[in-house]
Amino acid sequence: MKISVYRYNPDTDTKPRMQDYEVKTFQGMMLRDALLEVKKQDETFSFRHSCGEGVCGSDGVNVNGRNVLACITPIGELKEPIQVRPFPGRPVIRDLVVDMTQFYEQYRAVQPYLVRKDPLPEQEILQSPEERDKLDGLYECILCGCCSTACPSFWWNPEKFHGPAALLQSWRFLADSRDQATEERLDALDGPYKLFRCHSIMNCVEVCPKGLNPTRAIGKIKDLMLDKGV
Amino acid sequence: MGIPTRHFDALIIGAGGAGLNAALQLAGADLRVAVVSKVFPTRSHTVAAQGGVNAALANVLPDSWHWHMFDTVKGSDYLGDQDAIEFMCREAIPTVYELEHAGVPFSRLDDGKIYQRAFGGQSQNFGGDQAARTCAAADRTGHAILHTLYQQNIRARTHFFDEFFAIDLVRDAEGVICGALVLEIETGEPLLIESKATLLATGGWGQVFRTTSNAHINTGDGAAMALRAGIPLMDMEFFQFHPTGIAGKGMLITEGTRGEGGYLINKDGERFMERYAPRAKDLASRDVVSRAIVTEVKEGRGCGENGDYVMLKLDHLGEAVISKRLPGIRESSQIFAGVDPVIEPIPVFPTAHYAMGGIPTDRFGRVAMPAGHGSEEVVVGLYAAGECACASVHGANRLGGNSLLDILVFGRLAGKDIIEYVRENPYQRAADSASLEQAMGRLGRWEQRGDGPTVAQLRADFRKCMEDHAGVFRTEEIMTEGYNKLCELRERLPEVRLTDQSKVFNTARIEALELENMMDVGMSIAVSALHRQESRGAHSRPDYPARDDQSWLKHSLYYREGDRMDYKPVRTKPLTVESFPPKERVY
Repeated sequence: MKISVYRYNPDTDTKPRMQDYEVKTFQGMMLRDALLEVKKQDETFSFRHSCGEGVCGSDGVNVNGRNVLACITPIGELKEPIQVRPFPGRPVIRDLVVDMTQFYEQYRAVQPYLVRKDPLPEQEILQSPEERDKLDGLYECILCGCCSTACPSFWWNPEKFHGPAALLQSWRFLADSRDQATEERLDALDGPYKLFRCHSIMNCVEVCPKGLNPTRAIGKIKDLMLDKGV
Repeated sequence: MGIPTRHFDALIIGAGGAGLNAALQLAGADLRVAVVSKVFPTRSHTVAAQGGVNAALANVLPDSWHWHMFDTVKGSDYLGDQDAIEFMCREAIPTVYELEHAGVPFSRLDDGKIYQRAFGGQSQNFGGDQAARTCAAADRTGHAILHTLYQQNIRARTHFFDEFFAIDLVRDAEGVICGALVLEIETGEPLLIESKATLLATGGWGQVFRTTSNAHINTGDGAAMALRAGIPLMDMEFFQFHPTGIAGKGMLITEGTRGEGGYLINKDGERFMERYAPRAKDLASRDVVSRAIVTEVKEGRGCGENGDYVMLKLDHLGEAVISKRLPGIRESSQIFAGVDPVIEPIPVFPTAHYAMGGIPTDRFGRVAMPAGHGSEEVVVGLYAAGECACASVHGANRLGGNSLLDILVFGRLAGKDIIEYVRENPYQRAADSASLEQAMGRLGRWEQRGDGPTVAQLRADFRKCMEDHAGVFRTEEIMTEGYNKLCELRERLPEVRLTDQSKVFNTARIEALELENMMDVGMSIAVSALHRQESRGAHSRPDYPARDDQSWLKHSLYYREGDRMDYKPVRTKPLTVESFPPKERVY
C-alpha cells in the first residue's frame, strides 16, 4: 500500500513536500502502525505518538483531510491514496509535529480545575450518581487537539477564541456539582471572542475521536449565561 | 562548556502521577519547582491506568487498612517491606480523599460516596471473603487522576519543561547529585538544570518486552540514569505480566472486568481458573492467573486457529453494566480485537505490564543504597517515586489497584520530604565540569557518522530476546541463552549509527537514547532473574518451582558495573502492627 506523508525539516528543507512510502499492510493495522513502518524505513521522519490505544492523545494527524488519532484509525477504512498531513492551522515544527502552544494556553485560560470554597470535609465531597453522570462525555477529553485544529473559528482567532477543547473543559467544571466558581467562570468567558466565536459549525463533534460533543457543551454554557443574566 | 543553565529548588523528572503529585506539594510550599517531561504531561502513561486505586474506605463492603496491608504483603509473596506497606495502606485513605477534593470524577454509589469495585487478591478479615477496595472512575481512573493532577498544577503555577528529554544526572565537585542535563526536543539544544533536590519519577520500562501494555515512552530512562550514576536497581527480576492483554497486541483489558464478574474460559468453554485458584478463581493474584493462562495454552487448551490465547467472557454482565462500568474496555475491544464484549468474549493473553522493582528508596522516597558492612546510606539530594522506584511495597508481585496508589502516596511523600530537605540545605550546588562532560558525551556519541546497524534493528532484536528469555516461565537454560544474546547485543550497541543528525524534533535521536536506557534496564532484569534460584511471585522457575525463604527471602540489587549482584534483607517489621510471617500463598 502506498502512503503519502507530509515532510518538512527546517534544518534541511526550504519548503514542505509530500513523500510516498510503500508499506506492507496486515490484519487490524492502524494508521499509527503505518507511520511506524515509515519511520522504520526512514528515520528522518518525525511524528508524536505514545500509548497506541487512544488515551494519551499524542498522535493526532490529518489524514485525507480529516483530523484523527492515528492509533485508533484502521488503515482499511481509509481511501487510497492515503495522504497524511499535520493538523491544519498550527505552525509546523517538523513533518507531522505541530506547535500546540496556543491550544494549551487556551486550555489553561479556562481555569480547568475544581474550585471549592467551602471547608473540605474529612471524607469525600458527596455527589449523587445523577450529578456525576453530568460529567460523562466531558471529563474523557484527552487533549489531542483534533477538534480545535478542525475549527475555522480557532484557525482565525487562536489567540482570542478558547476553542472547542478548552470550552468543553470549561463546561466540565461548570457542570460539576462540587465546583463553586460558577460566577467567576462565566464572567471570565464574557466578551465577543472567548466563547461567542463558536458559530456551531460542528467540525469538532465530527472529528472527536472520543465521541465527545464540544458544541453541545458550548451551548450549555451559553444557556447558563442567559439563566444567570450575565 | 557554555551550556545554558537554569536553577530551581527542586527538579522533578517525569510528569505522571508521582511527579505531578510531588510537584503539587512543592508548589504549594512556594518552592521553585521544575517538572521535566519528554511528553506533554497528560500524555504520561498514568493516563492509561484503567481499573482504579485501592483504599480501605469501606464504602461498599467492610474494610480496614490492616486487611489491605495483609493482602499486599501476601500478594508480594512476602518480599515487600512491611513498614513501607503499612505506611502505604494507611496513607491510601487520606490520599484518595485528597484526590477527590482536587476534582477527580470518581464514579459514585447511591449514597454519594466513591464507587469501589472488587479486584484481584483483595480480602476481608485477613484472607476471608472478597473485598471491594478499588476506587474507580469508570474504567478510566488513571486518565481522571492524571488530568486532575495536571489541572491542579496549572492552578499552583508549577514550571513545566514540556518535551524535554533527561540525558543524565549531574554531580558537583563533592560528588553530590545536583540536577540533570536535559535536551529540548524541539530545538535539539541541551540545557543544564541545577537543583537542590532531584526526583526521578520516570515510570516503567514495559517497552523492553515486545508485547506490552506499556506506551512507547516507557523505556526506563530514570532507572537507567540511576544505574549510570552507580546506583543499583532492586528486585528487577520481578516483572508483572498482566493476565489479560488483547491477544497478539498487548493492549490492556482491566482486571476490573473480572472484578465486575467477568471470567476466563479455554477452548472447551471451561472456566479454568477454578482449577488453579478454587477460592478466588478469576480474582486470584495476577501472577497466578497469568501462569494459568500460559499453562492452558501450553497444554493445548488455547482458543483460536493456533490455540494461542484464551477468552475473557463478559456478555453475561449485560449491556448496562458494561456501558456504565467498562465503557473504555468496550471501545478498545471493538477497535483492536474487533469484538463487542456485550455479545462475544475477548481474546486475551498475558502482556508485559509492570515493574515491581526499581530504584531502591526508603518510605520517604529517598534513594538509599548499601554503604558496605550491611548498612544503608541515603544518596544525598536524590529521590525516586512511582514505578521507577522500589520502596518496596509490591515485592515479587503487585496487586491490581496498588500501582496508582503507590505513585500517589510516594509522590506526595517525596514532595513533602523534599520541602524539608531544601529548607535544611538551602544552598545551590554547581555541576562539576567532568560530570557535565560525561553527560554531554551521551549526546556526542550519537553524532558519529558512518555505516552501522540502525536503532530500529537493534531494538527489535533486543525486545524479542527479552520476550523469549525473560517471560512468564524462566529456566536456567532459557535465561543463560538470553543473557549471552543480550551481551552480544550490548556489544553491537556502540556500532549503531544515526543517519539523521538534524536538530529540530529529531525523534530518531531520542529513540537512540531510549534504546541505550532500555538495554541497561533489560540487562538488569536478565541478570537478576538468572541469579534468583527459586519461584516467587512473578518470577517463576520450573527448575526451582518452590519458594525458598531460607535462601531467598531477600532483595536483589543489580549494579551496572560488571553486571554485579548484591542482596539486602527484607524489612519484615511493620511500623505499628505485628509482622505477617511468610506463609504458603494460596488463593
